[in-house]
Amino acid sequence: MRRRIVVTGIGAVTPFGVGIDKLWNGLKEGVSTANIIEHFDVSDFPTKFACVVKDFKPEEYIDPKKIRRLDRFLQFVLVAAKLAVEDSKIDFKDIDPFRVGVVIGSGVGGLNTIENEAKVMFEKGPRRVSPFLIPMMIPDMASGMVAMEYGARGINFATVSACASGAHAIGVSFKSIKYGDVDVVITGGSEAAITPLGLAGFCQAKALSTRNDDPKRASRPFDKNRDGFVMGEGAGILILEELEHAKKRGAKIYAEILGIGMTDDAYHMTAPEPTAEPQKKVMELAIIEGGIDKNSIDYINAHGTSTKLNDKAETKAIKLLFGEEKARKISISSTKSMIGHLLGASGAVELISTILCINNSFIHPTINYEEMDPECDLDYTPNKGREKEINYALSNSFGFGGHNVSILAGKYKD
Amino acid sequence: MTEQSIEERVKKVICDQLGVESSQVTPDAHFVNDLGADSLDQVELVMAFEEEFGLEISDEEAQKLDTVGKVIEYIKARTGES
Repeated sequence: MRRRIVVTGIGAVTPFGVGIDKLWNGLKEGVSTANIIEHFDVSDFPTKFACVVKDFKPEEYIDPKKIRRLDRFLQFVLVAAKLAVEDSKIDFKDIDPFRVGVVIGSGVGGLNTIENEAKVMFEKGPRRVSPFLIPMMIPDMASGMVAMEYGARGINFATVSACASGAHAIGVSFKSIKYGDVDVVITGGSEAAITPLGLAGFCQAKALSTRNDDPKRASRPFDKNRDGFVMGEGAGILILEELEHAKKRGAKIYAEILGIGMTDDAYHMTAPEPTAEPQKKVMELAIIEGGIDKNSIDYINAHGTSTKLNDKAETKAIKLLFGEEKARKISISSTKSMIGHLLGASGAVELISTILCINNSFIHPTINYEEMDPECDLDYTPNKGREKEINYALSNSFGFGGHNVSILAGKYKD
Repeated sequence: MTEQSIEERVKKVICDQLGVESSQVTPDAHFVNDLGADSLDQVELVMAFEEEFGLEISDEEAQKLDTVGKVIEYIKARTGES
């Protein structure tokens, strides 16, 4: 019998704050979380703002003794995982621990720790470097720590594919359950890269908006005057579960994951492939795996970064796959217009956003949309959300390195 | 420097590093068995003693310092020498 995979728990730490309610309220209202960065001096940086998680108090969720040994990306992920596990009401004591996996992605891991310890190394020498440098910086420590927390002994590692890391984690988790290796996976992504080195790196790559006089209007996916993405941070965690397993314990079911496509551009380190064929293909693969008619897609949660090249290529890919006429009927929106780009966490947080849209029959808006770009001429749900029944939706993630992931989610039907 | 102050300073470093109560930090307390330190904690603890007392403690010496009392004696001896 075909194994079906459903989402039975969600948890998130985003620039809107801790928890799903804060995320959904913010997305529904359509407000920006971008602000001038205050946690380090930005006077020398061409971009001086980001979407930062403010007033984050990990001690309310994690044993305070542990916190000092956890990079910010690990703090985010432990909080998001705790919220998701509690939300799912799953009791791991009742389950064979080898049937529970953890796969969590991060683009860069503990960048803050790397920077601090590099400074120690060059100023004071190798004997002063923390013994916790390596365990705090490696991206796979997110899945390692979450496994320890819940005694999960099945498949466990990190996916690293820049801005597609979170989506890849969900992809691998989905396929592991489908293949029968495990029944439950705690999956998603975490990122905390708004540090001096992280910001400088993205600035130098000319990837970021420099709209310093108006940060809240800087992330403007698909708008003609977009000038780059806005950095964000946070974590998103989902509990993926095999349907019968979920039913047996009477779990609440948010949505079904039907298919996941994964491709690569094989073209350039950072720029998307201009024909958009690999991005078209990735959505197509998700739809084929899901076994649905492509014309039944109601909504696409776009990667929609607000960079010139991404938004143009993504629009082109959608048109290539669906044809001009159908493409215009699909509602599209970009979560990044409000919370910025959560890099390795974006795929997870945006799949959560997509699921919330499905459950609420409401498409959240793409904010800051003012002027049409002739090369981006689809329905991006500009500025105001809209009620709409969603049976099937795609969530796209594209990462530096040419990595493409598209996740097909649907309303759960028995 | 009085003996009392070395003991107090050692205790404070241990409490800060390992997140334990000062009442647990008795001279006989073993870092691993009684205070819950793992191998990484022990490295960091030695670094903190080095910083606090302006000493360098070799890895060989550090391996022998497995109880609170041994650390206090060791530091007393080292600071007495200097």
